[in-house]
Amino acid sequence: MSDFNKKSLSEFVNLIKSKKTSSLEITNHFINNIKQSKKLNSFITTCFDQAIKSAKEFDSKKNSSGLLAGVPLAIKDLFCTKNIRTTAGSKILENFIPTYESTVTNNLWSEGAILLGKLNCDEFAMGSSNETSYFGNTINPVGKDLVPGGSSGGSASALAANLTPATIGTDTGGSIRQPASFTGTVGLKPTYGLCSRWGIVAFASSLDQAGPMTKNVEDCALLLEAMSGYDEKDSTSINKKKENYSTNLNEKIKGLKIGIPKEYRIENMPQEIDNLWKKGIDILKKSGAKIVDISLPHTKYALPTYYIVAPAEASSNLARYDGVKYGYRSKKGKNLIEMYENTRGEGFGDEVKRRVLIGTYVLSSGYYDAYYLKAQRVRQLIKNDFDQCFKEVDAILTPSTPSSAFKIGEKTNDPISMYLNDIFTVPVNLAGIPAISIPAGHDKKGYPLGLQLISRALNEQKILNIALAMEKNISFKQSLDRWWE
Amino acid sequence: MSIDKNQVKKVAKLSRISLDDSKLDSLSKDLDSILNFVKELNKVDTNKIKPLSSIVDKKLEPRVDKINDGQIKKEILKNSPDKNEDFFIVPKVVE
Repeated sequence: MSDFNKKSLSEFVNLIKSKKTSSLEITNHFINNIKQSKKLNSFITTCFDQAIKSAKEFDSKKNSSGLLAGVPLAIKDLFCTKNIRTTAGSKILENFIPTYESTVTNNLWSEGAILLGKLNCDEFAMGSSNETSYFGNTINPVGKDLVPGGSSGGSASALAANLTPATIGTDTGGSIRQPASFTGTVGLKPTYGLCSRWGIVAFASSLDQAGPMTKNVEDCALLLEAMSGYDEKDSTSINKKKENYSTNLNEKIKGLKIGIPKEYRIENMPQEIDNLWKKGIDILKKSGAKIVDISLPHTKYALPTYYIVAPAEASSNLARYDGVKYGYRSKKGKNLIEMYENTRGEGFGDEVKRRVLIGTYVLSSGYYDAYYLKAQRVRQLIKNDFDQCFKEVDAILTPSTPSSAFKIGEKTNDPISMYLNDIFTVPVNLAGIPAISIPAGHDKKGYPLGLQLISRALNEQKILNIALAMEKNISFKQSLDRWWE
Repeated sequence: MSIDKNQVKKVAKLSRISLDDSKLDSLSKDLDSILNFVKELNKVDTNKIKPLSSIVDKKLEPRVDKINDGQIKKEILKNSPDKNEDFFIVPKVVE
């Protein structure tokens, strides 16, 4: 059914609910696509037998309710799934089989979705190209030699290649929005606390958020609605009424004020990105929005702040991998301490080691004030910048990334050049606010580029509405020749 | 230079990560360039600014102190690389 490759998540839900198609038929379609996609390496684990069984069970039920009724989904391998291996892209968790389910994935299954498999990602979500995964790098379906971005690179690749009708990722510094931008898909990082972090393999706890990755804005609203919600098991979960993002979605944006931050016009930014930004501004103007020049003066300090805060939190979060309670254990070492050291030395990849070492260094006695406390103070200033701007504007428009997808191996020898990829996405995580990346055009090489909309905390509906209005006017098209099959 | 090879070895010890000597040069170089990159923050005046440690503007809510799991010994031990009956096994720590 090649026709299925053109359908969106919302369309699949409607097809199943109206009994025009069965869950089994759709599940088999995606399983066939996945079987032919080995070249992309976007999956770490598949669970086809279980998916077929679940689909049959769904079809035999009389009542096909649920926001995601009978739709199969593959998800990032950072979400713990009960009795299904969960690796976080790391050797240290290569054989880890959770005995519990993450709250976010549990929400998806409660709404009728079915698990297809677990998607490749950078090790412990630390990376911007999917090249730090122990399970090998994922390929971007846009081009044989291109990275899909990261860390939710497997998710973006699988979505763009029609191996799943939608997916979920996590975003600590851009890990949903940057791969979405690199693959011509939609990705949303929700307000910190909107989606439960319980059962997600932790990277940097004050920054991590799960979010939807979809083919269009309508699907994005639907999936966000399904996955979000208060959870008493996450102490930072926001206790508020569940929103109906999909039913409240509309493109009325007349009169809204959209800010354009001058600090995002960075040196050496490709002309194409600047042109794309201007195109976005024009579309917003035509839709009746008012464009306002704004300033976020501490923008250039966001990346250095992030590269203190995130590794610091990672170094304490990853202390749990000790080879005792779960995960890989080295056979080398004469005593307990040597066992710890060898387990972590053999179990972690280079980027994870770099970050744990940096984190331990900035938290260590004598450096704590100069690095960690300093970064937390600058983080406050970055948040203040946004608070100040949102007194004046409803949302902010920026490019999602400073470039289109780059080549595999191009940036692996220089950590800083890799980190610079997240220059437009990181400030949002530090401030805990929501942002969405939507595909907005192509560069001269034909690679997709994205635009980002940012708003104040819990204002997801507004950025979804603006994104919907922009999507209609941009009419982004992507046709991939399925070279990987 | 922000960090030298001896400091990297010390931090690795604190982090309980064994390092391959052949990789020490390139790792020290990487860590040094990252630390130089983040030193940019010294240019910001933060004199009167309080550190932001949590972005969520709420106090931790108290809950009733009652057992809501328990009886999951098997599940807890299931993923252990080495276990014996109800215990995790580790290399000998007392001579």
